[in-house]
Amino acid sequence: MKKFVKLASVACVAAMTVSATTMAAEEFWIGGIGPLTGAVASYGISVKQGAEIAVKEIHEAGDVTIGDTTYEIKLDYQDDQGSEDIAPQAYNTVMDNGANVIMGAVTSGPCIAITSDTYADGILQITPSGSAEDCIANDNAFRICFSDPEQGVAMADYLIDTVGISKVAVIYNTADDYSSGIKEAFEAEFTEKGGEVVASEAFQTGDQEFNTQLTTIQGTDAEAIYVPAYYQDATYITKQAADQGMELPFFGSDGWDGVLGTVTDPALVEGCIFTSPFCASVDEEKTVAFVEAYQEAYDAIPDQFAADGYDCVYTFKAAMEQAQSIESEDLIAAMTEITVDGLTGTMTFDASGAPIKDVLFVTVKDGAYTFVE
Amino acid sequence: MALLNSILAQLLNGLRIGSIYALIALGYTMVYGIAKMINFAHGDIIMVGAYALYVFVSILHVPAVPAVILTIAFCALMGITIEKVAYKPLRNAQRLAVLITAIGVSYLLQNLALLIFKATPIPFGSIIKVPSIQIAGLTISGLTIVTLAVTALIMAGLTLFVNKTKIGHAMLAVSEDQGAAELMGINVNRTISITFAIGSALAAVAGILYICQYESLIPTLGAIPGIKAFVAAVLGGIGSIPGAMFGGLALGIIESMSKAYISTQLSDAIVFSVLVIVLLLKPSGILGKLSVEKV
Repeated sequence: MKKFVKLASVACVAAMTVSATTMAAEEFWIGGIGPLTGAVASYGISVKQGAEIAVKEIHEAGDVTIGDTTYEIKLDYQDDQGSEDIAPQAYNTVMDNGANVIMGAVTSGPCIAITSDTYADGILQITPSGSAEDCIANDNAFRICFSDPEQGVAMADYLIDTVGISKVAVIYNTADDYSSGIKEAFEAEFTEKGGEVVASEAFQTGDQEFNTQLTTIQGTDAEAIYVPAYYQDATYITKQAADQGMELPFFGSDGWDGVLGTVTDPALVEGCIFTSPFCASVDEEKTVAFVEAYQEAYDAIPDQFAADGYDCVYTFKAAMEQAQSIESEDLIAAMTEITVDGLTGTMTFDASGAPIKDVLFVTVKDGAYTFVE
Repeated sequence: MALLNSILAQLLNGLRIGSIYALIALGYTMVYGIAKMINFAHGDIIMVGAYALYVFVSILHVPAVPAVILTIAFCALMGITIEKVAYKPLRNAQRLAVLITAIGVSYLLQNLALLIFKATPIPFGSIIKVPSIQIAGLTISGLTIVTLAVTALIMAGLTLFVNKTKIGHAMLAVSEDQGAAELMGINVNRTISITFAIGSALAAVAGILYICQYESLIPTLGAIPGIKAFVAAVLGGIGSIPGAMFGGLALGIIESMSKAYISTQLSDAIVFSVLVIVLLLKPSGILGKLSVEKV
């Protein structure tokens, strides 16, 4: 009797092994690196969750088939705490776990910290959101989001060519690379196109008092105010401008996304226009579907980092299909040949690793975000 | 004319932010005068006041005027409680122990707010609805007028209170010499409690004015005005009530003027340079008395 049980269980195990190999597809691992704890945790968590939505969608749609092999995309996401010191450890962990490609890092500093390792290993690296130029210095590295200067240049062109404004005042955060990076690119482009920056007023992270800067701007003949900063700053600035009786139109950077959640009166930001790669409240089929799936899974509204993570996974998929291979070399070569129709726009990639996509302009109309026509 | 107008407008900006600094600085300076300690949790009382107002108005739907009174009473009670629980047991301990405790209380308050209200900023519409006025091409917002008027009233009231009432005299006596005041029959514990209550009530007023100006609640909102007001108190002479008023207004105006006419990037550097220069020339602050430390 004992023997029989043993035999039966062996047979059982053997049967299971056989069925496992015939049923399951090959696995294709994305090694994700980003902050899940620490001061910038929300960015890393968003990227991870956005990527998970894409992974799930692709699996439900029947995985990725290359030749006669079907690959199931899997995500192995490791915490780098937003730190340059931890990121290489996180990279080693995902590589030990058998990563085929690298998605990350989420923030610029940690991303730069692993570029030499990914280059030495020859693996395809796409950062969803590392906006510093050095993130994609190597041939194996690509980026989903815009670089900071690109936004500033796009807004300068838009103001002069489309809106027809030639005198502008700028309020920017001198203590923040993001804000001052956009501001510099904006001012250079704006001046080159014949416009004039009549006031360039600085503030510091955490400032709440902007009346002085606004009073100074009121004393100039500025036709608009450009604020490349985060939505909390924009909230203070628009409110204080209204208190002073200012009626100048406001323009902003993608950090403005979320401003409707923090202003006490939506009329304060009515008509403002900001550059944004993604806007969760925009009524567009793909975006709506993503927002719904994301809300169902995580009970939160996705931000642009989630959209970057989502697009990043689809970019890997497109590269696999184009290359008809999962070898790093082939995937990297395929990157410049693909077109990805993502949440953050339709993009292609140039040899430098930067995405080529349109900068989108979002405005607040009747208290809701919409794309500028 | 345009230049004059802009100078006047900037002066008003400076006065408005300066009067908020002055209200907070009064709390620092009164507590220092009496308890000989820097109450680093004082800045966070502003935050508590702002959140208390939010809770009364937006959650409990109390009308504006009673909500303001309740907020002030709540902060005054909070100040007394903090003193009783955290500082009183350390009254005879080393100065450093009290200072560290104050920093601890500050963290406690901030993190409690973080725990209860979360880190996401909460929008809160101003409860002060006074229309702005136009004088000779100069727009003065209603809030500026209210802020200046309230501060002027409070300063006048506080000066009268300290100089004319029995409790005020007791406060002056305790700040002069605690031991001698006790021997003269002054209830030192009660005087200290009253000082904390008044200081915290002033911080509550500052918090209310602050939140009506900026309309956004975050758990760290008291940090920056708290630090600036501390600088103002030191600048005016810590321990001196007129010094705190003067220091607050001066700091606001220097900050606003240097931002407007010198450099927005350098304004903090300029403010702190002024502090360094003043302290080099007059180590006790502009209106402070030089006290000889008895060993």
